Amino acid sequence: MSAESRLVPAIKLDLSGVRRRLDGTQRRTYWKSLEELAETPEFLEFLHREFPRQADEFTDPAGRREFLRVMGASLALAGLTACTKQPEEKIVPYVKQPEEIVPGRPLYFATAVLDGGYAKGVLVESHMGRPTKIEGNPEHPASLGATDAQGQAAVLGLYDPDRSQTVRSYGEIRSWQEFLAVLKPALAKQKPISGAGLRILTETLTSPTLAKQLEDVLAEYPQASWHQYEPAAADNARAGALLAFGEAVETRRNFDKADVILAIDADFIGGGPANVRHIRDFATRRKIRGEQAQLNRLYAIESSPTLVGANADHRLPIRPSEVEGAVRQIATLLGLAVSGGSAAHAAWVGPMVKDLQAHAGASLVIAGESLSPAAHALVHAINERLGNVGKTLSYSTPVAAAPCDQSASLQELVAAMSANKVDILLVLGGNPVYNAPADVPFREAMMRVPLRIRLGLYDDETSERCHWQLPEAHPLETWSDARAYDGSATILQPLIAPLYGGKSAHEVLATLTAHADRTSYAIVREHWQARLGPLDFERAWRRTLHDGLLAGSALPEKAVVVKLGDWTRGTPATVPAGLEVAFRVDPSVGDGRFANLGWLQELPKPLSKLTWDNAVLMSLATAKRLGVSSTSNFEGRVESAGEPTPQGTLTDVVEVKSGGRSVRGPAWIVPGHPDGVITIHLGYGRTRVGRVGTGAGFNANLIRTAAAPWWDTGVSVAKTGERRVLACTQDHWSMEGRNIIRAASLEEYAKNPEFVKEMGEEPPQDLTLYPPHPYPGHAWGMAVDLNSCVGCNACVTACQSENNIPVVGKDQVGRGREMHWIRVDRYYAGDPEKPESLETQHQPVLCMHCENAPCEVVCPVAATVHSDEGLNEMVYNRCVGTRYCSNNCPYKVRRFNFYLYQDWDTKTLKMQRNPDVSIRSRGVMEKCTYCVQRINEKRIDAQNEGREIRDGEIQTACQQACPAEAIVFGDQNDAASRVARLKAEPRNYGLLAELNTRPRTSYLAAVRNPNPEMPGPTARSAGQLAAAAGFTPDVADLGDVPERGRSING
Amino acid sequence: MASASQPPASDHERRPDARTHQAAADRLIAPGHDFGSVTDTISQIVLQRRTPRGWWVGFALGFLLLQGLLLCTAKLLFEGVGVWGINIPVGWGFAILNFVWWIGIGHAGTLISAILLLLRQEWRTSINRFAEAMTLFAVACAAYFPVFHTGRPWVAAYWLMPYPNTMGLWPNFRSPLIWDVFAVTTYATVSAMFWFVGLIPDLATLRDRAKSKPWKIVYGMAAMGWRGSARHWHNYETAYLLLAGLATPLVVSVHTVVSFDFATGLVPGWHATIFPPYFVAGAIYAGFAMVLTLSIPLRKFYGLEDFITLKHLENMAKVMMATGLIVAYGYTMEAFFGWYSGNQYEGFTIWTRMTGPYRNLYWALIFCNVFWPNLLWIKKLRTSVAFLFVSSLVVGVGMWLERFVIIVTSLHRDFLPSSWGLYAGTQMDWAAYVGTIGLFITLLFLFVRFLPAISIFEMRTLVPAAELPEEAK
Repeated sequence: MSAESRLVPAIKLDLSGVRRRLDGTQRRTYWKSLEELAETPEFLEFLHREFPRQADEFTDPAGRREFLRVMGASLALAGLTACTKQPEEKIVPYVKQPEEIVPGRPLYFATAVLDGGYAKGVLVESHMGRPTKIEGNPEHPASLGATDAQGQAAVLGLYDPDRSQTVRSYGEIRSWQEFLAVLKPALAKQKPISGAGLRILTETLTSPTLAKQLEDVLAEYPQASWHQYEPAAADNARAGALLAFGEAVETRRNFDKADVILAIDADFIGGGPANVRHIRDFATRRKIRGEQAQLNRLYAIESSPTLVGANADHRLPIRPSEVEGAVRQIATLLGLAVSGGSAAHAAWVGPMVKDLQAHAGASLVIAGESLSPAAHALVHAINERLGNVGKTLSYSTPVAAAPCDQSASLQELVAAMSANKVDILLVLGGNPVYNAPADVPFREAMMRVPLRIRLGLYDDETSERCHWQLPEAHPLETWSDARAYDGSATILQPLIAPLYGGKSAHEVLATLTAHADRTSYAIVREHWQARLGPLDFERAWRRTLHDGLLAGSALPEKAVVVKLGDWTRGTPATVPAGLEVAFRVDPSVGDGRFANLGWLQELPKPLSKLTWDNAVLMSLATAKRLGVSSTSNFEGRVESAGEPTPQGTLTDVVEVKSGGRSVRGPAWIVPGHPDGVITIHLGYGRTRVGRVGTGAGFNANLIRTAAAPWWDTGVSVAKTGERRVLACTQDHWSMEGRNIIRAASLEEYAKNPEFVKEMGEEPPQDLTLYPPHPYPGHAWGMAVDLNSCVGCNACVTACQSENNIPVVGKDQVGRGREMHWIRVDRYYAGDPEKPESLETQHQPVLCMHCENAPCEVVCPVAATVHSDEGLNEMVYNRCVGTRYCSNNCPYKVRRFNFYLYQDWDTKTLKMQRNPDVSIRSRGVMEKCTYCVQRINEKRIDAQNEGREIRDGEIQTACQQACPAEAIVFGDQNDAASRVARLKAEPRNYGLLAELNTRPRTSYLAAVRNPNPEMPGPTARSAGQLAAAAGFTPDVADLGDVPERGRSING
Repeated sequence: MASASQPPASDHERRPDARTHQAAADRLIAPGHDFGSVTDTISQIVLQRRTPRGWWVGFALGFLLLQGLLLCTAKLLFEGVGVWGINIPVGWGFAILNFVWWIGIGHAGTLISAILLLLRQEWRTSINRFAEAMTLFAVACAAYFPVFHTGRPWVAAYWLMPYPNTMGLWPNFRSPLIWDVFAVTTYATVSAMFWFVGLIPDLATLRDRAKSKPWKIVYGMAAMGWRGSARHWHNYETAYLLLAGLATPLVVSVHTVVSFDFATGLVPGWHATIFPPYFVAGAIYAGFAMVLTLSIPLRKFYGLEDFITLKHLENMAKVMMATGLIVAYGYTMEAFFGWYSGNQYEGFTIWTRMTGPYRNLYWALIFCNVFWPNLLWIKKLRTSVAFLFVSSLVVGVGMWLERFVIIVTSLHRDFLPSSWGLYAGTQMDWAAYVGTIGLFITLLFLFVRFLPAISIFEMRTLVPAAELPEEAK
């Protein structure tokens, strides 16, 4: 049964009628309107007709159909009004059970979420017609079953109550027909002049259907033009490929085949269309099973700290202006005829290049978007020289439809608009008014266009300046298609009818051509019918929908050869005096498109652990030079950025001036940040987006120019004297010499695989007066491989989505009241004054489900108890909220509802909630349950089928989302289970096991693979770590407590 | 005071335990008093028709603060405990701190009533009545916090009790909070009984002396038919002694159990075996300070210097100093074990108390509770009423700081540095604290106005006429 046939009738049935009524209402919000609507006489009649008149209608076939229609409508409404007190109603079961729907059992539909226009395949969990959770599609190459945090949040984006809900013109609510009535005459005027005044602006597109539609539009209006712009487009990569190969190509990396990787300002973990796949491939080569280890080695050169640097075995933090010199130096050392190399970092670059050469054919050099086109070209040349092409990376034709230099494209558009050549501007998605470069006067120019039409998910900055704002259908509520990083095509299928009557870009474009009034479904299907051919189309279509991708649609590899050109010549760059600025896409909210999603706003950023804000990031040395405050401990060792207070972290606001423009933002110290550089993340300072995102942070686009989109020199930063409170979830930098994260180098591990055990004692299990508790059935446990974990945060958002975890807002996060059940701790080691010495380690921490749980004994009402399978369970109904359990939890994984954090009123958000998980109210404690609802679901399945639960059948939400497969859950009583085998590894240890808590969640120590020939700090070694009391090498930094730690460290 | 083997003397008016007449320097009652003057002086405070203006001022202040407590409780119930400064990791803040502080203060009452009674310290006589009242009121203030600090007080109020229910659910008897429930309710019950039983003979006196009919009825009902017969005195003495015997272990047990809230937890800075004795000593220390804080103005404004003499004050100062030294020993041992245990978490907690974000409070605590009590070694200071009053306030502050240091500094930086945080009380926290002080003041003023603040009949045993002839001893 294909998903399509399940869905299509439902769409026709449920909301379309309601929506038509809505077009006429004047209410501001949709759901209020719907309530209104539900109470109108017609609608009450509509509902009540079911019962009094049923008897005769049942005998009448037409009446019976009417009845089913009513059922459909009331079902849709039941979803909307869930959890509110309903008037007493009789319940009538389905007369005819819809196929496949078993109440209480979710269905999964394959579709994709979009990242910069690229598809990431997902499976969407749907409960009774409501999509509730995103999972990765195991068959999709960009997912392999995992997702990233943004992908997880797509479902929240769907239900966002702040989305644009109706067609508006000048702020007034209008209907789609009224819009068409305005558009048609305007288009008619364009017809004679071949559309010379028509401009369409989109973001990067990979949708074959949309591309075809645009082609059709341009065919009909040959003088019209299509522009593309998004702030983080891959312009430099494209330009680099043009330089190197003479044509634009898509580079595809195979991290799983690379033994040695050099990432130059390339954050392949934090973002990009293939980051999930890259993490998976990278982490595959970080797995150690038993003694055998074939670890890869990661070198990172970065001008702004990222997760790649945090995971690197060797990291070189340098200024952005030095990066190209370093690339040229590498190329030169590899024997390429390249000039302009800088020997400034020869000690680091030299041995690294030797290592690359030693692994020729199994190495991989990747360049980030912030590198110049020439540097990109050089990296292509380097890979070619190393013989990596066809092995660790390959090329194909571009995936994006009509790739272009988007910055130039936007400037052309602005020039045309300024010259009054544009009559109709159609902005499909994007938000150029907010994110156009500071030196491109998009906003002013667009005001000259007589008819400005915007299709957008939100009524945002751009909508505000358009004549018409059309609500855009979310990718989860419309038909569409898109391609993944490798070109594989996915058909996006709707999970629900558009909540707010949104239109897809397909439908809007159709109005430009003769095909107005066509549905997305018809448009997409017709396109693929043409592509796939009529023969057996239905079968292929269904298979594609079912699988979530069109088999064999990945673009073939393309052989290209680097043609050396002018770009090989360069002059050694002199490092300019003064500060430099690096612009980066925010790791949580992206370029600002996710700004209204509370899950992502509240997601602590991987390195700074800031929420709800961006900041001017800088190194400690730079901060000291600028007089930006930090907090030191008694001995003068700096231990955190800003000044932590009970309400949040106070920090200095600085003014950043660049090229006559300036912005103000709070300064924040990130250890390991290169000196003399500041980093500012895009995506904040939204002025019009919704209740969540408006007003968070400051807008970096105001100083970002088209000429220097990623970094700039000659920046001045000055303290303003103002201070601001930021909400940071982990102020403290150091591990304080504790054995929290255990790590060793590969060499040390080979020498002493038992190093972990020597770093902390575990009390004998019989050290108790009580007899051991038997776990005869299942004994659930989890192992987290710290060597695989890259710190990407996907688990945090997945957990938030699965377990109905509320968003509490900046103020409450600042007060230490965030609700995440799983968090990713970040610790630094090394001297924060020396960025090159700094190492970063991440550790996901969730409930340990201790066998000797300290929380359980202290609860006065037995609201937290142990199950016979070893789960530490919370009984919300019984909890009175003494918070004693949290005080006594050494891992501090318990979360308390200090206020009524759950949104009990917003109806769309209710639809998002997982019906299998209780909504917690005020005054109760909550925490990780090991996704007990998933355990029970699989237990029931197994019992129904009369079998045991299979290993790997139960996946916790964090595990399922994890791109690195770092989290493994299962039955540790089953010696053959993956989790039991992991726990038998020598690297396995329990966090704070010395407290005799006997945690069921255990960690596998990290093993780094440093190159012994490299200078500077090698990766943390066992000896170092045992002694690494934060940033001082001496454990005995307590003064009067000289023996501290020794007895435990052994 | 009668011992069990000694039957009461035949003279009903004469209490049998009056002993020697003290030297002038340390007498427990000023010379010149006889049975009548003692009775008059004390009972007229209650029976006088006009309420003194000073009383109204004090009562109004207390009552105003009490209204503040009601307001902030309403806000708390409507919005949640988020109005307070608590967070993760510091899940307990002012509420538990104030609970422990008030319970500690309550200890002096029981100690004075029961233990000093059993030890035949007759200087307790003039202070035991209001010390007991103070105990009750302090326990009432303390009881506010554990109920309202919970996330859902409407269920916490009774789910912590082991009551039979259809779901067969019992509280978790392993939890120290349940022990607390038992300890505190027992303590409150026994203290109330003890206080009331001790009041009965005096209520009879008031009944007999009251001028107005309604008061005669009220006091008469409260006096439960006391006529002062030999059988009454015999029963009274037995009951009082039994209650004293019951109450004595409570002096030790209540604060021991309260200390278990912390000592049984594994939080570094809490998990210490020294907590029970150290908490009990701290409680007595704080309690005596509070008795001093109350008795000094009381004797001044009601002219009771004859009954609460310098000797009383000095004795209380001595107890305060002695227990203060035990508390100081506790601090020393905490620091010592932080180092000696070799446990990095314990060591760090002590170190961060001394040097971390709350170091000022820690050193203020050391000043109040270690340095200041040692000034009481000096006799001149010990016998200066003004100095004793200041000392009692310093000790009150010191003990509050002690609980802050124990609760907050232990929690704010525990095992995983990733979870470290900071804590500060909010306005609502302060309002609740000051509000319970208002409750305390209100109750105390009502007590002083309507009940004899000093035991009349026991004071009468101290006048020279009550002395037993040598042969009777």
